[in-house]
Amino acid sequence: MTQTNTIQVQLNGKEREVSTGLTVHSLLESLELHPGMVVVELNRDIIERDSYQDHAVSEGDTLELVHFVGGG
Amino acid sequence: MNSFTSWAVDEDAQSMTEAMIDAARALDGPLTIGGVEFTSRLIVGTGKYETNEIMVDAIRAAGTEMVTVAVRRVDLDRTKEEAILHHLSPDEFFLLANTAGCYTAEDAIRYARLARAAGFNEFVKLEVIGDEKTLLPDVQATLEAAKILADEGFKVMAYTNDDLVTALRLEDAGCAAVMPLASPIGSGLGVVNPYFIREIKNRLEVPVIVDAGVGTASHACITMEQGVDGVLMNTALATADDPVCMSHAMKHATLAGRLAYLAGRMPSREIAVPSSPTAGMLD
Repeated sequence: MTQTNTIQVQLNGKEREVSTGLTVHSLLESLELHPGMVVVELNRDIIERDSYQDHAVSEGDTLELVHFVGGG
Repeated sequence: MNSFTSWAVDEDAQSMTEAMIDAARALDGPLTIGGVEFTSRLIVGTGKYETNEIMVDAIRAAGTEMVTVAVRRVDLDRTKEEAILHHLSPDEFFLLANTAGCYTAEDAIRYARLARAAGFNEFVKLEVIGDEKTLLPDVQATLEAAKILADEGFKVMAYTNDDLVTALRLEDAGCAAVMPLASPIGSGLGVVNPYFIREIKNRLEVPVIVDAGVGTASHACITMEQGVDGVLMNTALATADDPVCMSHAMKHATLAGRLAYLAGRMPSREIAVPSSPTAGMLD
């Protein structure tokens, strides 16, 4: 029996392996992203900033992490 | 060659600018969009600047309060700093998120909701493109998205064609401002149809901001002379050889055009009329 400590997620359009047991909050921490600087969409639902810790990241999830950049 | 940027910080020039702004304030009310008051009628974009430092200097030189930003994926693989909030303080500038790059109402709504979740304000610059080559708006999709977003409480500032009927429909849909183009995005052609722009301004009650196509100061001035409430530009500043200098020029041109409109211009004639008395001439 193999034990895996990672799960596969779709993160900003790319397949990525991340640790098991992450919440949106700890995922951002692991990516060194300040929670106040990004907006998170999890499986097409926008996650409110004050509930990042309540949302677990699961196998096969699709996450979009967006922020403001220069634009006209 | 002397840098015009150094002229920009010259004290005489600064006080002249301040005097001009004071004159405009005395003659003109604020620009109110969706219940928020702005003193400057010049809105600028934050894209395409060579560096973030030049961008911030240019925006400050433009005397602008509202700046547009785009919503994009965080680049997780690169170390390059793209996040604009590290450079532009939301305390100093009013952030207007756009839906640039969206080709469907559904996408534009998604981007608008993401932007609102950033937590700054309810405003969105709605842009739904219909044609890749001209970047002209898909007015049907824009209208559809505008209705949904306005119902969700967004203050929608809708980028649209210089078409009166579409502008009227966008106002009916609940838009906080309607933003007809001067000419295609990034073209720098200036106002190609001042008559249509004037007609839109005359018929709408919500603010009319001309968005896209302004290339140089005379364009901004002519735009404001049509009586519109404001002008929005990005490429004209960002891609000028000296963006800070062009921002000063645009600030003055926007004010000049506004004041000329408020002043009420003389009628134009195709014949000469002497300015000096015709009586009292010597024999």
